[in-house]
Amino acid sequence: MGMSNSTIEKHHKLLSEHFGVTTTPGQFTVALAGNPNVGKSTVFNALTGLHQHTGNWPGKTVDNAQGSFTYLDRSFLMIDLPGTYSILAHTVEEQVARDFICFGKPDATLVVLDATCLERNLNLALQVMEITPKIIVCVNLIDEAEKKNIKIDISALQKDLGVPVVATAARNGKGLDILRQKLYEMSTGLCTVAPRQINYSSEVENAIQQLLPKVSRLIGSNLNPRWVALRLLDGDEAFINSISQYLDFDLHSTRLQEVAV
Amino acid sequence: MSAAVKPMITLEEICAEAEKIRLSNPNLGDKIVSDIYHNAEMIAGPAVSKNSTDSRSWDHKLDDILTSRLFGYPIMFALLSIIFWITIAGANVPSQMIADTLFAFQDQLLIWFELAGAPSWLTGIVVLGMFRGLAWVIAVMLPPMAIFFPLFTLLEDLGYLPRVAFNLDNMFKKCRACGKQILTMCMGFGCNAAGVVSCRIIDSPRERLIAVLTNNFVPCNGRFPTLIAIATIFMGGMVVSELQTAVASLVVTSLVVLGIFITFAVSWALSHTLLKGEASSMVLELPPYRKPQLGAIFYRSLIDRTIFVLKRAIIMAAPAGAITWLLANIYIGEISIIGHLAAWLQPFAYAIGLDGFILLAFILGLPANEIVMPILLMCYLSTGQMMEFGTLEELRDILINNNWTWLTAVCTMLFCLLHWPCTTTLLSAYKETGSKKWTFLTFLIPTIIAFTVCFLVAQSARLLNLV
Repeated sequence: MGMSNSTIEKHHKLLSEHFGVTTTPGQFTVALAGNPNVGKSTVFNALTGLHQHTGNWPGKTVDNAQGSFTYLDRSFLMIDLPGTYSILAHTVEEQVARDFICFGKPDATLVVLDATCLERNLNLALQVMEITPKIIVCVNLIDEAEKKNIKIDISALQKDLGVPVVATAARNGKGLDILRQKLYEMSTGLCTVAPRQINYSSEVENAIQQLLPKVSRLIGSNLNPRWVALRLLDGDEAFINSISQYLDFDLHSTRLQEVAV
Repeated sequence: MSAAVKPMITLEEICAEAEKIRLSNPNLGDKIVSDIYHNAEMIAGPAVSKNSTDSRSWDHKLDDILTSRLFGYPIMFALLSIIFWITIAGANVPSQMIADTLFAFQDQLLIWFELAGAPSWLTGIVVLGMFRGLAWVIAVMLPPMAIFFPLFTLLEDLGYLPRVAFNLDNMFKKCRACGKQILTMCMGFGCNAAGVVSCRIIDSPRERLIAVLTNNFVPCNGRFPTLIAIATIFMGGMVVSELQTAVASLVVTSLVVLGIFITFAVSWALSHTLLKGEASSMVLELPPYRKPQLGAIFYRSLIDRTIFVLKRAIIMAAPAGAITWLLANIYIGEISIIGHLAAWLQPFAYAIGLDGFILLAFILGLPANEIVMPILLMCYLSTGQMMEFGTLEELRDILINNNWTWLTAVCTMLFCLLHWPCTTTLLSAYKETGSKKWTFLTFLIPTIIAFTVCFLVAQSARLLNLV
C-alpha cells in the first residue's frame, strides 16, 4: 500500500505509545466516531461482539474501548472514540477523538450519525472529512427516523458527500453487512472517494490562503494542510501542542532510523 | 532524505503569523464554526424530507414555552415554589409523629437510666445531649428530605433540569462563567461537597474555580430544614393560618433565588478580577422528555440521597450533641462555658441581627450545617428552664422566649444561606483545587458576604425603627 516497512514500524510505535493501540501484523484500524446518544456503542458491540477490551487513553481519564472482528479473512481493530458533538477540541474527549483520527491515521473512520437529527450530526462528519478522506458515514437509527416520518435520501447524500453512506438500524442488525463490506473496501483501498470539502466564507478562505503555503512546507503531505491552517487560525492551543508533539515524534524517529541505517 | 526532514520553517513562526491574521479578523473562530454549520445545513436540506403535517411535535412546543424568554424564569420560580409548598405542607404531620415517638422514647430512656443508677452527667451526655440532638435531626430533617428529594429527582427524570441549564446559560455567559455551572449548583442542592466535586465536568480551570468558589450559595439539604423551619414559624406565623404554608414556601423560594443571584454576582466579580477571562462555549443537548421511572426515582432519592444525608447528620449530630451538652453544663463561675462564649460573641452577633448563641451555633456547626439548629436549641434550653420541644409550635415558643424577632429570623436565614461552607465541602474544595489559597477563599468569600448582608439588613431595619 505504498508504505515502506520503516514507515509502518514507525506508525506502530506511534499508535502504541500515544494511543495505547496495538495492532497485529496486517490488521486494519478503524476509528469509530459519533455524537453522544446516536447508538455508537450499539454499532460497536454489533460489529465486534465479545472481542473487546476497555481501558483509558494514555494519560487521560477518558474511556477507550477497542474491539476486533474479521471480515473476508482480514482482521480489523475498531477503536471506539469518545462521543462528541465536534472535534474542534473544546473538551478532552474531543481532543482525544481528533488526535486519533488526525495522527493515529486509521485505515478507515466510521462516523455514526443519528438519522432523526441528521443536520446537527453532519457537522461532525464534515469536520472528520476535513482530516481524512477515508471516511464512511453510517446513518443509524434509520428505523426511528421512519417512525417519525423522516425520510433520508441515502444515495443523494452519498453523492453529495462523496464518501460511502450506509443506513443502519444497529439494534436490529439492519445494514451491518453492508457496513462491514464498505469498511473492507475502504481499508483495502478498493473504493474511490471524493470527499466534499467545506465551503468557507471569503473571509475565512482568504485567511487560509495566507497561511497555506507555509503550512504545506512545514507538514508536507502527512496531514491536510488546509485543515491544519484552520486549526492554527482558530488559535487552538490543544492542537498546537498535539501537532508539535507529533512533529517531534516524526523528527525524532526519523533521526533514529538514520542512525540505524 | 535528511534535507527533507529538517523543516525550513518552524511551527512557532507559523503560529505567530496565524495569531496576526486572527487579530486582524475578529471572530474568525466563530466564523469557521458557523461556516461548518452552514455547510451541514446545505447538505442535509435536500437529503432529508420530513413528511408530516404537524412538524412541530408536542415536545418542541413544550420546549418553546419552558425555555422562552417570557415564561422561562416565571415557570422555574413557580415550580420551585410548588416543590417547597408540597415539602412544607407535607412534612408537618410526619415530623410531629416522629417527634412524638422519639421524645416518648427519651422519657423512657431517662427512666431506665434512673433505674440503673447512672450518674447525672452520664444521663446528661447520652440522653439530653446525644439522643436529643439525634431526635431533633431525624424529626425535623427526615420528612422534608423524604419529600423534597423525590420531587427534585422527578424534575430531573422528566428532563426539566437541562431546560433550566438552557435558560440560565445566557446569564452565566454574561458573568463569563460556564453554563455547566448550573448543573454543579443542582448537585449543591443535595450537598455542597458533592456539588464541589461535580465541578470536574467544567473543562476550563478558570471556570471550574468560579464554580467551586460559588457552590456554597445554593443551600444544601443540611440548611434547608433550618430555612424551612424558621420560615414556617416566623414568616408563616405573621399571616392567617391558611396562608402560612404558602408564605413560608415563597420565602424559601426567594432565598434560593437570592442565593442564585449572589452566585451570579460573585461569578461576575471573580471573572472580572481574580479569575479574568472569557466564557468558553458549551454544547447542551436538550434530551427528549421522558416518562419518569418511579422505582428509580424512589431508589435514587430515598436511598442514595435521603439515607446518605441522614446518616452523615446522625454521625455528626451525636458527638456534637454530647459536646454541646458538656459546654452548656460546665460552669466557670456563675455562667456555663457556652454562656461565656455567647456573651463574648454578643456584640458582633447583635450588629448583624443575630445573638451570641446563634453565631456560636453556626461556628460550632462548621463540621455539618445539619447540627446548627440542634446546637442552638440546646444552648437556649440549657440556659433557661428545661423544656421539651418537638413541634414547631414549641420551637416558636423557645425562640420567642429568647428574644427572637422577625429581624432575628430574617438575619438567621440569610446567614444560614450565605455563611461559610461546612468542613466536608472545604475539604472537597481543597482536594479539587489542590490549593490552600483557593480553599481559603472558598471559606472567606461566603463569610464576608454573609456578614455584610446581615449587617446591612439589621442596621437598616433598626435605623428605620422597623423592629
